[in-house]
Amino acid sequence: MSETGILSYGVYLPRRRLQRNVVFAANRWFAPGLGPLAKGERAIASWDEDAITMGVEAARACLGDLNRADVDGVTLASVTLPFADRLNAGVVKEALNLLDEVAASDVGGSMRAATTALCSALERSRTCLCIGSDLRKSRPASEGELLQGDGAAAVLVGTGTPIAKLIASRSVTIDFVDHFRATGEEFDYNWESRWVRDEGHLKILAGAVTSLAEKAGIAANAIEHVVLPVASAGTVKAIAGKLDLNGEALIDGLGATVGDIGAGQPLLMLAQALERAKPGERILVSGFGQGADVLLFEATEAIADFRPYRRLSNIIGEGVADENYHRFLFHRGLIDLERGIRAELDQKQPGTTLYRKRTAVLGLMGSRCKKTGTVQFPKSKVSVDPNSRAMGTQEDYPLADRTARIVSYTADALGYSPDPPTFYGTLDFDGGGRLVTEFADVTADEIEIGRPMRMVFRIKAPDEQRHFTKYFWKAVPIAEGEA
Amino acid sequence: MPRGIKDKVAIVGMGCARFGERWEDDAESLMVEAFDEALGDAGIDVSRVDAAWLGVGFEAQSTGPSGIPLASALRLPNVGVSKVENYCATGTDSFRGAVYAVASGAADIALAMGVEKLKDTGYGGLPVRSRGLNFDMYGVTGSAPGNFAQIAAPYRTKHGVSRGDLKRAMAHVSVKSHANGARNPKAHLRKVIDIETVLDAPIIAEPLGLFDCCGVSDGAACAIVTTPEIARQLGKTDPVLVKAIQLATSNGWELQHGGGWDGTYFHTTRIAASKAYAEAGVTDPRKQIDLMEVHDCFSITELVTMEDLFISKEGEAWKDILDGFYDADGSIPCQIDGGLKCFGHPIGASGLRMIYENYLQLQGKAGERQRADGPKLALSHNLGGAPIQNVSAITIVGLQGA
Repeated sequence: MSETGILSYGVYLPRRRLQRNVVFAANRWFAPGLGPLAKGERAIASWDEDAITMGVEAARACLGDLNRADVDGVTLASVTLPFADRLNAGVVKEALNLLDEVAASDVGGSMRAATTALCSALERSRTCLCIGSDLRKSRPASEGELLQGDGAAAVLVGTGTPIAKLIASRSVTIDFVDHFRATGEEFDYNWESRWVRDEGHLKILAGAVTSLAEKAGIAANAIEHVVLPVASAGTVKAIAGKLDLNGEALIDGLGATVGDIGAGQPLLMLAQALERAKPGERILVSGFGQGADVLLFEATEAIADFRPYRRLSNIIGEGVADENYHRFLFHRGLIDLERGIRAELDQKQPGTTLYRKRTAVLGLMGSRCKKTGTVQFPKSKVSVDPNSRAMGTQEDYPLADRTARIVSYTADALGYSPDPPTFYGTLDFDGGGRLVTEFADVTADEIEIGRPMRMVFRIKAPDEQRHFTKYFWKAVPIAEGEA
Repeated sequence: MPRGIKDKVAIVGMGCARFGERWEDDAESLMVEAFDEALGDAGIDVSRVDAAWLGVGFEAQSTGPSGIPLASALRLPNVGVSKVENYCATGTDSFRGAVYAVASGAADIALAMGVEKLKDTGYGGLPVRSRGLNFDMYGVTGSAPGNFAQIAAPYRTKHGVSRGDLKRAMAHVSVKSHANGARNPKAHLRKVIDIETVLDAPIIAEPLGLFDCCGVSDGAACAIVTTPEIARQLGKTDPVLVKAIQLATSNGWELQHGGGWDGTYFHTTRIAASKAYAEAGVTDPRKQIDLMEVHDCFSITELVTMEDLFISKEGEAWKDILDGFYDADGSIPCQIDGGLKCFGHPIGASGLRMIYENYLQLQGKAGERQRADGPKLALSHNLGGAPIQNVSAITIVGLQGA
């Protein structure tokens, strides 16, 4: 019998982990009070990532090899959506090669955007991907710079064999302004953290949890897994004390290794809860921002056999320590470097060409000849097969999820790159097809002829004159032990 | 196999502007400088030119569009001028147009001009530019060194050459070209260098260092071609004759066909070379070719090209290079004028510059760098694009009977 609930989940975290002590060392002269936060590391996106690209990667981790045609809807929750008026979730849809007949929406506005999306998705019968993704910007020498992280998480909700079912949910909305950012502005404005804790987290958030527990008829301390997306460990402890939560139930916010990833944080923590939950156990998820959303799930028998596409512990473990604070500031646009005349290439993107080639560009859709089986990218009128001048025989053939091996490569120090040198080369896909593209997140010692790579959705180039973003697919080395 | 054009067209005049950073000159004055030399060499009046071809690689930086810039600069008598662009093979393509016009009988005397004014970009190297709206969405706009550097790793992997041996052979290519360029008064770079300088230079695109890369230059070169009969009427008793011109253009196989091309060679050069040898009647190029000018945009390009032209065996060019086979005093001198590396590389002019050197050498007019053994058959190889997608152009010129 088909039931509705959570079908799958996935997480994406950028590879680089900025060391907080390096950040503090640079800013200590100005902000010595940040010392207590100067521990551990945070995930930082590269120059070619944003809320869309990270959301796509989280969604891919969530969908694995599930049939993409089964997805009826996609919602991207973020407070840092790259486009104010262009459906960001529409780009995600193209990158995932979902059917055109899907509903798609962007939600934003607060740190509970993703839980709001999750609540809505659970109220409907269709299968919907809920993604939370943010790349937030904070001023140098701010608390946010140290506490925040970049990343995304996705949950697939729908009908099938759920690993967790919704028992109850509750939402409250109160215009409590702990921080805000006006439209078009770059940085948040924060109010005193003690007030936010006392009046916000301990009253509004804790109150919503209490009333949900009452509604569900369950004692708060009986809930096995609790997601409280609050960056301050002290505040989490205070909430747990007030609600008499089981200390073991508290899900780690990954503050030490990742940082608070914004809209995706409740889903990142939910993913951890789902990874450890056993059948019958309850999971409470909350989102906080001008009120709160609280959802209570119960893990099903199916969770025992569920294997995520990529294990969360692996994703966290793949992080690489980064001590280059200067590069981080440059990639965030917080300092300007002399880029030279070569950087002046106009990146104008005509709407007509992108629309015509959207499945190839955004979806890495190649083609396969029905007569000869020849795979190629991109599709063409006449087959590239030297032995067959077949015409009109090519059918769509997705390449994004196929392993590719390096045929040739270089590390180019001449052309402009925000992260020199630019690694790129030729790749042959297992099963056919060839692509010349850039390599992302690599170092010279990771590249050699024959090295297996996987494809990731990234920013190809920003159009700085018209403020458009061009996306395409790049290759990253497949980590050892990874399929 | 078509009959070809062997011995149907003669070169009666050639000119080449001094290559380099010509801060005081624009494309117009460079073309006039080359043309004046050619006109004097041919001993004709400009009114005898029936048709002209203008080769420019980066028109946006130099001439602008159309054939008008050539007609205006030289005040040609309102003849037809076609502008051609075929990446760095532009110069040879311009030459091909003029030669074919004469071979067909459509023109008695035709002009091929190649020009490039690159030092108005504000930085070294080629101008960064769009490669079309489709390519810009999914192609890599890498630098030229980045594109060509990619032959090195597949080549050494396939042929079991160590990184060190390959790097040293590549370095020898550049050391040799610098030695040759030093003896050429029209060359852009005229400084002799040692191998350590090459090996220790900063990396531009792994594994190419600064001295593995040619720079870009301002310059122009041109040829006036006619029938052998008219050439003799003009007093050329032993004219330099065109033996073959072949272009091969990538059709996407290297770029798109997974598992096909392995990245270690130039597919098009092998095709163009085979056809050119057939057209010229060359059966054993290692024995018959006396002199070569090849497209040494990067040291690794020259190295691999020695195999693609069937002079060195596959996987063994690096040994021939280290043995001095291609040195100025070796068996087949390659880049005796300094090549792209040192003569310079004004894109649209380079193919014609190569033919210019061969033309001088065949007539014994190459001055201090003249090959003493009386070369009779000379090849030039002009490549445009990147290893994975390109235009390869080969011209063979020689004396009567060669």
